[in-house]
Amino acid sequence: MSSFLDRMLGRVKLGGWLAVAAPLLAVVFAAVITSVILLATGKAPLEAFNALAQYGAQPRTMVTIINTGTEYYISALAVAIGFRMNLFNIGVDGQYRLAAVVAAGVGGAALVPGVLNIVLVIVVAVIVGALWAAIAGLLRVTRGVSEVISTIMLNSIATGIGSWLVKNYFGVLTGNELATKEIPADAHVPGMALIPGTQLQVSGFVVLAIVLGVAYYVLLNRTRFGFELRATGKSESAALSSGISPKKMILTTMIISGAMAGFIGMPELLGSSYKYGTNFPTGLGFTGIAIALLGRNTPVGMAIGALLWSFLDNSSDTLQLLDISKEIVAIMQGVIVLSVIIAYELVHRYRIVAEQRRVSRELAAPKGPQQVEGAPA
Amino acid sequence: MGNATGPLVYCHNRCPPSGTPRSKEAAITTATANEPAVELAGITKRFPGVVANKDIDLKVAKGRIHAIVGENGAGKSTLMKILYGMQRPDEGVIKVDGSPVTFGTPGDAIAHGIGMVHQHFMLADNLTVLENIVLGSEPRKGGVALDFRAARKKIKEISDTYGLGIEPDMLVEELGVGDRQRVEILKVLYRGARILILDEPTAVLVPHEVDELFDNLRGLVREGLTILFISHKLDEVLQVADAITVIRRGTTVAAVDPKEVTARRLAELMVGSELPSPETRESTVTDVVALAVRDLRMGASGRSVVDGVGFDIRKGEVLGIAGVEGNGQAELVEAIMGMRPISSGSITLNGRDITHWSTLKRREAGIGYIPEDRHRHGLLLESPLWENRILGHQTRKPNVRGIWIDRAGARRDTQRIVENYDVRTPGIEVDAAALSGGNQQKLIVGREMSGDPVLLIASHPTRGVDVGAQAAIWDHLRTARAAGLAVLLISADLDELIGLSDSLKVILRGKIVADIDPTSVTPEQLGSAMTGAGEGA
Repeated sequence: MSSFLDRMLGRVKLGGWLAVAAPLLAVVFAAVITSVILLATGKAPLEAFNALAQYGAQPRTMVTIINTGTEYYISALAVAIGFRMNLFNIGVDGQYRLAAVVAAGVGGAALVPGVLNIVLVIVVAVIVGALWAAIAGLLRVTRGVSEVISTIMLNSIATGIGSWLVKNYFGVLTGNELATKEIPADAHVPGMALIPGTQLQVSGFVVLAIVLGVAYYVLLNRTRFGFELRATGKSESAALSSGISPKKMILTTMIISGAMAGFIGMPELLGSSYKYGTNFPTGLGFTGIAIALLGRNTPVGMAIGALLWSFLDNSSDTLQLLDISKEIVAIMQGVIVLSVIIAYELVHRYRIVAEQRRVSRELAAPKGPQQVEGAPA
Repeated sequence: MGNATGPLVYCHNRCPPSGTPRSKEAAITTATANEPAVELAGITKRFPGVVANKDIDLKVAKGRIHAIVGENGAGKSTLMKILYGMQRPDEGVIKVDGSPVTFGTPGDAIAHGIGMVHQHFMLADNLTVLENIVLGSEPRKGGVALDFRAARKKIKEISDTYGLGIEPDMLVEELGVGDRQRVEILKVLYRGARILILDEPTAVLVPHEVDELFDNLRGLVREGLTILFISHKLDEVLQVADAITVIRRGTTVAAVDPKEVTARRLAELMVGSELPSPETRESTVTDVVALAVRDLRMGASGRSVVDGVGFDIRKGEVLGIAGVEGNGQAELVEAIMGMRPISSGSITLNGRDITHWSTLKRREAGIGYIPEDRHRHGLLLESPLWENRILGHQTRKPNVRGIWIDRAGARRDTQRIVENYDVRTPGIEVDAAALSGGNQQKLIVGREMSGDPVLLIASHPTRGVDVGAQAAIWDHLRTARAAGLAVLLISADLDELIGLSDSLKVILRGKIVADIDPTSVTPEQLGSAMTGAGEGA
């Protein structure tokens, strides 16, 4: 049987309408909890939710929701690859930041022109992310170091190396902001004016995020490697006796997870700020963990989760107009993740029993009572 | 002996309570012994998809060892869980000492003096015997302090009364298996149990420990305790029990007197028909060696788990390895599968040295593997059957095309296995976990037989499966053997070993200690060889 951890990390599938019902219930439950907290602090919950919805429905906010959601989504994909086989890559955060620093330095140097520079920047980011994650993989495989510990430590090291690189090699002082040299305009990825009523453009990286989501699905569900990865995640002992080398799988999965992490900083670097400086977003790797849990590592679930998360983050400012602390949104996000995990667990238990019932019923029907020994005919 | 129907009482619907004395010897017991310690009437428990209990009737006389026998999956465990308060019956009455009781939790059962000694020990190695025993019911002194002195005294008393010989201050990790079991028993007695349920207590013991256990049990009943002894090892049951109840397909089918029944007859009662015979007819052994193992050693020198093992298996030959569990069989199998490093020796498959090959390469070269623990090593329980078909064959047709999983091919071939191997399932999209043990095992056998294996390693292939599936699996093994498959068979079922094997080797402490001719050996002789009595044979 699967452990609770397996189910929490979505290595066990949920079928049919239950897969939809569980997260919906969880969101409703989170709204109830948030209402209670709002009431306790003397605020009107409906007013707050209404303000969030109103603000979120504005074209301008919709664009920022999609753009932030794109980054969240890629981060969730990077985390989910590890989750699918029992690897906790907590280091996605460090991997994408270090990848972005190095890629920003290379891109700023404008070694190649135009589109080639875009490709170069992305390739460098992916390679750096993969290599940085490989360190944790190698430590786990050769020395048995838990990747949870090593990736958390590597996050700090990545921060240090990033600052050092910017300060000593890539940095250019503009005003009082120290950042990498801006990537030339011919290597900027254009946005798309998808949503009318605002000057803001949807990041071109939305397309990349969709491609990555599809690639994630195909890799896991349609390839031999994906099968081996899922098998190892579900039962390492069964994988071992089936000729799958757990060590090889750990290292490869860490590398792929890190490579995916390399993409996270690209929308910001190539589509928005064009440089890595003190304003570069941090913490996306941790948001990815929450969204991977929320979306149960499924490509569509994580997309919805990323948009929901992004909506809450982007709309929270409006609450301050109602004199409500914007941190109420953080409470809501936390409760959503917790209640989603609980809801999935309940649904899972229900599903297992239901399937066993169904199997015994279907077997009993045409073949007589043979399969339901001992039960009354 | 005063019983017109002979030694056995058959009953189709309801059984007379088995504790009722039928022999003269039983009849002379005192009145208190006649009052049942435990009485179950009409116990029914329904579960989806698994064997439950139906109309269980059981009377256990006070101060007796009452054995409950039945096949794996016959419903013994469910019954015991009901009696121990872990499951609630849907219908029926439980009476303890004559008064009806309902148990919601094991705590309720203990309060009524019913204690359970589990098959797998639940002891913390790094605590002392005393600490383990008081864990969960610590004696208090002045509200907070633990009163170890009182506990030690009580443990000593119990140990002396029943002759258990337990030293309260030993660390559990220093104790042997038999001692640990006595600690488990003492733990239950400490909580005030007067009725002990022992679930397969001999499964983990070697023969002389079994004898010690039986001496202890006799000591316990002499002091007035009642013991419910769950087992499927019939010889042991006949040796120790005062009364036997047979469970088949979830219901009590016979109450027998151990003095008047043979092990074979008891087995037939358990199975409900003539025993299916594992016997193979004519020899199909060729002179082509499929697997050659030479001087295999595993583990550090001095503490070898496998020590200089060597054998050949020819095409069409079943080589059986007999041995008490834990004598190196599991390690040997994992060495041949390439799952565990070896210290020295060589393994040759079809003339090719595979000693340094990976598990995958060995599988691709034609080794099929029915693992001992199908849940841990054989299946992805929460994946559909067709994904389980791919497992272990994830590099081969019809499951893959290049780097891609061939879903259609895998599904088609899963359907073939389901049909040819009679896997009872509503479809190939259900999770493996939804199938019964026997059907899971048939799926594994079907999978491992596909792709033309050269060698099949069958580790306890029929453990925990029902008789129907067992007969089917034996059939498949025989057919494959006739088609030239070499089979390495590891089993704890001596009849299975003797019946299926063309040659038999006995493993003891990692060494092959005897070669035995399966055509002339009896299970009793084989059993004694396994404990070392046959050394030098």
